[in-house]
Amino acid sequence: MNIYAAIEIAVFFVILLALVKPLGLYMARVYRGTPCGLNQVLLPVERLIYRLSGVRPDSEMTWQRYAVAMLLFNLIGLLAVYGIQRAQGWLPLNPQHLGPVSPDLALNTAVSFASNTNWQAYSGESTLSYLSQMLGLTVQNFLSAATGMAVLVAFIRGLTRQKVAEIGNFWVDVTRSTLYILLPLSFVLAIALVSQGVVQSFGPAVDITTVTASTDAEGKPVQTQQIPQGPAASQIAIKQLGTNGGGFFGVNSAHPLENPTPLSNFLQVLAILLIPAALCYTFGDLVGDTRQGWTLLASMLLVFVPLLALGLWAESVGNPQLADLGVDANASLQQSGGNLEGKEVRFGVGASVLWSAATTAASNGSVNAMHDSFTPLGGLVPMLLMQLGEVIFGGVGSGLYGLLIFAIVAVFIAGLMVGRTPEYLGKKIEAFEMKMAALVILIPPTIVLAGTAFAVSFDAGRAAVTNPGPHGFSQILYALSSAGNNNGSAFAGLGVNNVFYNSLLAIAMFGSRFWLIIPVLAIAGSLARKKQVPISAGTLPTHTPLFVVLLAGIVVLVGALTFVPALALGPIAEHLQLLSDSAP
Amino acid sequence: MSTRTARPLFDPPIVKRAILDSLRKLNPRHQLRNPVMFTVFLGSVLTMLLFLQSLGRSGGESPWFILAISAWLWFTVLFANFAEAMAEGRGKAQADALRKSRQDVIARRLANNKLYEMVSSKDLSLGDIVVVKAGELIPLDGEVIEGVATVDESAITGESAPVIRESGGDRSAVTGGTKVLSDFLIIKCTAKPGESFLDRMISMVEGAKRQKTPNEIALDILLAAMTIVFLLACATLVSFSHYSVIAAGRGTPITLTVVVALLVCLIPTTIGGLLSAIGIAGMDRMIQANVIATSGRAVEAAGDVDVLLLDKTGTITLGNRQAVEFTPAAGVSIERLADAAQLSSLADETPEGRSIVVLAKQKYGLRGRDVEGLGGHFISFSARTRMSGVDLEGRKIRKGAVDAMENYVKESGHEFPRSLREQVDQISKVGGTPLVVADNGQALGVIYLKDIVKGGIRERFAELRRMGIKTVMITGDNPLTAASIAAEAGVDDFLAEATPEAKLNMIREYQAGGRLVAMTGDGTNDSPALAQADVAVAMNSGTQAAKEAGNMVDLDSNPTKLIEIVEIGKQLLMTRGALTTFSIANDVSKYFAIIPVAFASTYPELGRLNLMGLSSGILSAVIFNALIIVVLIPLALRGVKYRAVGAATLLRNNLIIYGLGGLLVPFVGIKVIDLILVGLHLA
Repeated sequence: MNIYAAIEIAVFFVILLALVKPLGLYMARVYRGTPCGLNQVLLPVERLIYRLSGVRPDSEMTWQRYAVAMLLFNLIGLLAVYGIQRAQGWLPLNPQHLGPVSPDLALNTAVSFASNTNWQAYSGESTLSYLSQMLGLTVQNFLSAATGMAVLVAFIRGLTRQKVAEIGNFWVDVTRSTLYILLPLSFVLAIALVSQGVVQSFGPAVDITTVTASTDAEGKPVQTQQIPQGPAASQIAIKQLGTNGGGFFGVNSAHPLENPTPLSNFLQVLAILLIPAALCYTFGDLVGDTRQGWTLLASMLLVFVPLLALGLWAESVGNPQLADLGVDANASLQQSGGNLEGKEVRFGVGASVLWSAATTAASNGSVNAMHDSFTPLGGLVPMLLMQLGEVIFGGVGSGLYGLLIFAIVAVFIAGLMVGRTPEYLGKKIEAFEMKMAALVILIPPTIVLAGTAFAVSFDAGRAAVTNPGPHGFSQILYALSSAGNNNGSAFAGLGVNNVFYNSLLAIAMFGSRFWLIIPVLAIAGSLARKKQVPISAGTLPTHTPLFVVLLAGIVVLVGALTFVPALALGPIAEHLQLLSDSAP
Repeated sequence: MSTRTARPLFDPPIVKRAILDSLRKLNPRHQLRNPVMFTVFLGSVLTMLLFLQSLGRSGGESPWFILAISAWLWFTVLFANFAEAMAEGRGKAQADALRKSRQDVIARRLANNKLYEMVSSKDLSLGDIVVVKAGELIPLDGEVIEGVATVDESAITGESAPVIRESGGDRSAVTGGTKVLSDFLIIKCTAKPGESFLDRMISMVEGAKRQKTPNEIALDILLAAMTIVFLLACATLVSFSHYSVIAAGRGTPITLTVVVALLVCLIPTTIGGLLSAIGIAGMDRMIQANVIATSGRAVEAAGDVDVLLLDKTGTITLGNRQAVEFTPAAGVSIERLADAAQLSSLADETPEGRSIVVLAKQKYGLRGRDVEGLGGHFISFSARTRMSGVDLEGRKIRKGAVDAMENYVKESGHEFPRSLREQVDQISKVGGTPLVVADNGQALGVIYLKDIVKGGIRERFAELRRMGIKTVMITGDNPLTAASIAAEAGVDDFLAEATPEAKLNMIREYQAGGRLVAMTGDGTNDSPALAQADVAVAMNSGTQAAKEAGNMVDLDSNPTKLIEIVEIGKQLLMTRGALTTFSIANDVSKYFAIIPVAFASTYPELGRLNLMGLSSGILSAVIFNALIIVVLIPLALRGVKYRAVGAATLLRNNLIIYGLGGLLVPFVGIKVIDLILVGLHLA
């Protein structure tokens, strides 16, 4: 890795952390309903939405009603995306005259976008019309992100309220998240991206004559190329900000028209972590103790930074076997060095690895490099970050409520060690909360492990693998880890657009999203009913460096202990093979 | 305090019984109660079958390896059973002793026509009235309705000094199985046979009716969830391994034996095996402290208590006030005051009176005199006159409460000096009780009686504050006096002029604020407050109503015990947390022991992860996993030591010991076991 990459990463963290407080504070005001600066413009719009849809914003919901509203809302969204894809051939804004999407792919994509996974089995430019992209995918990008944020806010209400059954109004939370937070940020980011050359048009693809001729698959010379167009910038902004990650084009943010310059790359990777990081501050502000929020953010960084460093190291060193062949992979003035296979030269190792870690830590899943081509350890980093349960930043809202569930488990174990029954922010953690927390922690690994076992046990599952040995296993494990944790990034390589994987992964994505939200809301409901225990010297402090370490430790331990055997057969075995084979 | 001697941890008869019990507990129905250990149990059975199957076939895994794994899995189950049996055994030994006093006795039941009829105690019913004479056992729990007697309650309290039981007041409750030593008592039965205090105590110490406490249930869920996660990780490993063999084109898939071994090593067997022992041992520690808790829930709640309501008298101050100073009125010498004060108190047998004599001797060298010998006549205190004194050689010396004495002095035709009034006010202001002394109607001065705060109690309260517990003093004194004593003792708050209603309201208020309240009480009028408090310790000397309302009974009737009870509760919770942390942290090393070996035939490169250089990693890990349960039994039974240093420090210390320790210890332990196996040529 060269010095410029190091500087870029340092600047990235400085800017990210500098934005946490202002954005966090703004979001806290939005959810509190206090003036946030955009009220004059947006309040009339908000009221209009309520009037048109018949929502009574002051009528609050129990956790059950909240869950039902959330499920219905997402089900309708899911069906709409499915319908639009199937009918796109008869609908406008289809300059390429693309036919209907196949049922299994349409289902996979619909579930994928409703569940904020945004797994990409489709290739946008050759499968989806502009209408499908805009009305289907972009709208879901907003709404699935808003759903995650709404659930988080409901959970925070559970922590802060006392002796009530209601945890807020789902419609209001979704509306405010979209209108006040996601829309303005996306607007600004989309404009910035357009300035860097990201396309935003309704025109059809452009045929051009290339300067030099190349050959096609049959060896015939060709000198024309089709340059895809479309309303990309507007979708890419929310794709990054809403931790969605489903690209406008097939190769996602590695595509020159989706992510043309180092600056657009920087803005996009910043957008991935922006809201998840700032929500930590929002949380602290809403519970009345910002230290609590900073603690959670510190825990995230404590896991994220070392894993990022591992990835950077692995990719900078590159493949030891190539070094044995006399290939110089060191960074120098002439070359950026490291393992550049599958990476865009305009980004290099530093920006590619930073992206790979950010996109998998947050449940974004967009890529600017092909993870499949990373070194074994470089590929292990994104895989492990997903397997940790998407709680290190995680999805907007969903990452933080996931981490809060881990915090509940952490205080449960550690709270006992200070000689009290456990409590978090003054709420007693009892059998019901533990039961629901156990579900939240159990479901994703269950889906990942059982799904992987299922895939490796059938020919249909094995046939998709394009590499021998442990790397092939990594491909399958990665795909299931991605779908089973609502990330959506792909290891590439694996041939996933078939009935087997489209269906298996759709089930995985659906399960790990909605079966997690329900227990999370149940905990919120149960906590809202409880009294708040006042803090004393005997209370376990949850804002100390020690708690940062403890929480990070629990997250890593649960994730690592669950996946170490599987990882041993994938990236770890592959890495050790590289070392063994290259030894003289 | 307790006269019962602490039983050694590994008492031979208890160990013997526990070994037998641990075999008996192999019953699958018993195992089913504990999901973690039930998983181990199934693993033991499965590996046993695998061993039998391997005997009839050649090649493959060595049957002796399978047998060794199976044997150590069985040991794991047995060790966990043993831990539970050990904890129960200590209670059972105690229960046996108690059972001896629960004999059937022939009781004298008072029939309607004022005649006795002799019935067996087990035929008595609620509300029956019995007469118990000296030398007889009291047949059932009851309320004394007539008579005063000394009763030997050593069978229950372990205290050999007899206690007085009498009708009315707060010492009217008697317990079945105790013995009347003198006089006789007429008792109304307040419990049915089989449901008496003694019965409850036996079932509590035996753990027969032990139900899982709320926190235990929550922890069980966490442990079950972890078991499922690891079950999943291990079960899917079989297909992963199959795939890897195909993909790599070499080796054999992981064997079922190794999968089971890995599973058992990963699931939290250490805490799973010791969990019930920890709970029972917590109850047992209460019993060692001579406190009977009616449920494990109460013990757990004790650890959570935020507010302690403490009665002033007996808990914070010594029972009696003591004279600490003589202050003469203007123009009176201090010697004259001391002399008069002493004379007035020589025959006064009240503790206050005696303390005046002691003060006169210590400060002014006045020796005790025989008042009767001097021809004096002692006037004892009466509620009407509110003064006492002596008539001696024509002198009338009186001492008493200020307003009573003021009247007396004025009636005698003397002035009540202004300076004296100031002194009196001064004493009242600092929380003392002034006693005015007069000689032949002339006020000589004032005696300062002071509530004496118990030695060391201030430090104790400071300790409680560090534990995050608020102390509230309950007293019948006026607010001024109460405030001064509260300040001196260092309590956080006080309730002056306390009535039962005020007490009850105070508890409710604290509870509404989310706090857990603990209190002690003995009188019937304490019952509502006891029933409301989260941890309510009734004194054994108290009334039946108080005992019914509380959820613990202190056999020593020592109100300071509350602090000890809180510590025992905290210890119980800490032990649970510490062993859970230890158990989970242990897993890291076990991966390093097992994974390199498990896939060695497919990916020999994984051998690089064999950091410990083990030659028999799987067996060593399984053996370590079994033995650590035995090693930790003493910790489970004794409990993790609680120190009042505040939650943050406590967490740090315990995380270092049990978290970091849990990470590192098994690396050493597994390596040592591996070396021993190699040394014995078993590896």
